Amino acid sequence: MSLISRLAEKSWENPGIAEYREPDSYRPAAATVGVYVYFGVATVIFTLIAAAYLVRMGIPSAVDHGTGEDWSPMPEPPLLWINTGILVLSSLAWEAATRASRRDDVTRMRSMVMAGNALGVLFLVGQVLLWWHYQTAGYYLSANPANAFFYLLTAIHGLHLAGGIFAGGRTLGQMAMRADGQRICRNVRLCTIYWHYLLAVWLLLAALLVVT
Amino acid sequence: MATTIADDLRPMHHPKTWVGKYVWSQDHKVIAIQYGVTAIAIGLVALVLSVLMRLQLGFPGLFPWIQPENYLQYVSMHGMIMVVYLLTALLLGGFGNYMIPLMIGARDMVFPFVNMLSYWIYLLSVLVLVSGFFVPGGPTGAGWTLYPPQAISEGTPGNQWGIVTMLGSLAIFIIAFTMGGLNYVTTVLQARTRGMTLMRMPLTVWGIFIASIMGLLAFPALFVAAIMMLLDHLLGSSFFMPAMMTMGQESNTQGGSPLLFQHLFWFFGHPEVYIVALPAFGIVSDLISVHARKNIFGYRMMVWAIVIIGGLSFLVWAHHMYVSGMNPYFGFFFATSTLIIAIPTAIKVYNWLLTLWRGDIHLRVPMLFAIAFLFTFIHGGLTGLFLGNVSVDVPLSDTFFVVGHFHMVMGVSPILVIFGAIYHWYPKITGRMWNETLGQVHFWVTFLGVYAVYLPMHYLGILGVPRRYYALGETSFIPESAHLANEAISVAAIIVFAAQFLFFYNMIWNLLRGPKADPNPWGAASLEWQTPQTPPGHGNWGPHLPTVYRWAYDYSVPHASRDFIPQNEPPSAEAPSEEAAL
Ligand code: HEM
Ligand SMILES: [Cu+2]
Repeated sequence: MSLISRLAEKSWENPGIAEYREPDSYRPAAATVGVYVYFGVATVIFTLIAAAYLVRMGIPSAVDHGTGEDWSPMPEPPLLWINTGILVLSSLAWEAATRASRRDDVTRMRSMVMAGNALGVLFLVGQVLLWWHYQTAGYYLSANPANAFFYLLTAIHGLHLAGGIFAGGRTLGQMAMRADGQRICRNVRLCTIYWHYLLAVWLLLAALLVVT
Repeated sequence: MATTIADDLRPMHHPKTWVGKYVWSQDHKVIAIQYGVTAIAIGLVALVLSVLMRLQLGFPGLFPWIQPENYLQYVSMHGMIMVVYLLTALLLGGFGNYMIPLMIGARDMVFPFVNMLSYWIYLLSVLVLVSGFFVPGGPTGAGWTLYPPQAISEGTPGNQWGIVTMLGSLAIFIIAFTMGGLNYVTTVLQARTRGMTLMRMPLTVWGIFIASIMGLLAFPALFVAAIMMLLDHLLGSSFFMPAMMTMGQESNTQGGSPLLFQHLFWFFGHPEVYIVALPAFGIVSDLISVHARKNIFGYRMMVWAIVIIGGLSFLVWAHHMYVSGMNPYFGFFFATSTLIIAIPTAIKVYNWLLTLWRGDIHLRVPMLFAIAFLFTFIHGGLTGLFLGNVSVDVPLSDTFFVVGHFHMVMGVSPILVIFGAIYHWYPKITGRMWNETLGQVHFWVTFLGVYAVYLPMHYLGILGVPRRYYALGETSFIPESAHLANEAISVAAIIVFAAQFLFFYNMIWNLLRGPKADPNPWGAASLEWQTPQTPPGHGNWGPHLPTVYRWAYDYSVPHASRDFIPQNEPPSAEAPSEEAAL
């Protein structure tokens, strides 16, 4: 039933049950729904910061008369692209894990989950190196709003990924303890979706930083 | 990922120790009570602060220990605590937690562990907030709106430490809320029992459900704003801080936009009004229907109105910024969208009145509070229409007219509903009954008292008395009578304050000594009253989940044997069907 027709139900008529199936038979797992609802929250967070970024970027010309004193974009060191590549690989590894789980290929699934997690950790290490690189080059957070936005966005994105790695680590733990297979497969799928989501956010953020 | 009860057919894990049952509990009912008690406790702090403010406003000079800085700190802490830490936490964390699983026929929230974490993180946020009273310089005095640059500049009370505890506490609160909100939304979507279609849910659940979605989408704005202001303050960035001269010295900030903060704040702040209002709307609908023994008028329209109000309320935020110097075309847009929201809101009001119309009204305490809500809400809604118009708002903004307006519409109204709801569900939650006389006295003093407090404020505002002022001093445009009105308001406020102790006495004493309550004393049809045990046991429903056959409002159905038919009663048990009637 579509959402509209459900909201149009005249529930005061026809008491009864016949037409209603057992809920467990058709509902997706609660964890899946929870993750999708959370995507809504995360999307608002990133969108608002991006919107603030664009608004704030438009201000300096009024303040410093276009001298670039207020807003000067950061350079893009190769590390930025290396990290992006790592995150892409990480997402691909998770994708491979999901596919393996569909084929019941447990060994491959386990190795791909490990790879996905490891690459995720590597990405975070890379991001920290990137911060360090900027710091040593004098791009402090307080020096310029463009820098401040960069640190803010990468920090929030990184925290989200850290949360993902936590969930991914738990999934590995469940595999080690041979928990219920269906549940493991579902968690692998959820982690995969989450990773793809964070990759998409990262690509959009990187594009925002590069274009402006 | 967390274990989910909805997907789990094995018997539930039963905690064995006292600590597992009542402290680190994952039972939604215990968590609800933890949320509720914490929220009310911190709400009492805010109430005491309001009394201190009223003492100062009514009798300026009589209390030399209330200095101007203190007054500003009281205003700020009072406002923030009331809106966020009391109302949001109590309506969603408290009532949401208690009612959702019971009303939709679930055993618990779908993520019980996350639910427990949500409470403990909320408690942490409250503790961080309270720590603001003890840091050097005291809590922030920037107003509950926390506008930069003044919030973090020299001259504002608490601009060093108090603002940090406030912003930190808000960020923590939002994390807690997000955990709770994810639970409420997912539980409503996933854990409804067999036969409980979306349109068979009681309006209480609808109100809480949509408010939770709104909270999930609105609180991030406050989160982002809080983090950015913390960075400005602690690490010297310039998100919101423009170039300034403070104390003759140039600040090392430049180019930041205070307006940007205002947009972020109100992108959260306006929906917040409805995050508080929608659960109250839902609850009041159910109270009115039960105690008038009539089905709610226009159920479908009520649901749609909740959804539409929820959506529209994300499009009106800048009506709080008419005086910020924004583009007049924006003002026009936001005034229009504000007035449009009045339409679904008015529909709800008419439907409540039509539900009462020719109902078999029982004026018990919960119903009295529900009807009182109609008064204060209509009142506050009408003054809102005034303020929604740019040309009316400009002279009235930042006066006591605004204070009168928002207390009526989002202060007093939800509080009255909360009182009504506590009286209504107390017998189910505790298994005991409160004292009717005490309840009646509490109601009348509170209801008449809040009118005595807030009605004159509108008049003061029209005279031009500004809000957030410690004292009026010598001003030619404020007549002597205004001072008299201020004294009267303060006396009324103190009486209202004192009357609340009747409530606490009634609730606490009868918790221990009250007469045993009937499992369904009001004859209500919704599921939470049909539990096998009162108070409901762990897992709520005994061995079998209930099955739902009808909506939640079958009251006074013709030919039925009782004047209500519970939601889990199959059609064959009663014989009111068309054929039988023919
Ligand atoms: C007996 C109950 C209450 C009394 C006597 C009271 C009194 C006051 C007073 C005197 C002010 C300061 C006015 C000024 O100087 O600007 C104030 C501000 C405020 N109150 Fe209340 N109040 C009460 C309950 C509530 C409730 C239930 C709410 C929940 C929404 C609330 C929300 C606020 C807010 C948001 C402000 C504005 C703070 C600011 O300007 O930053 N109050 N209240
Ligand atoms: Cu508003």
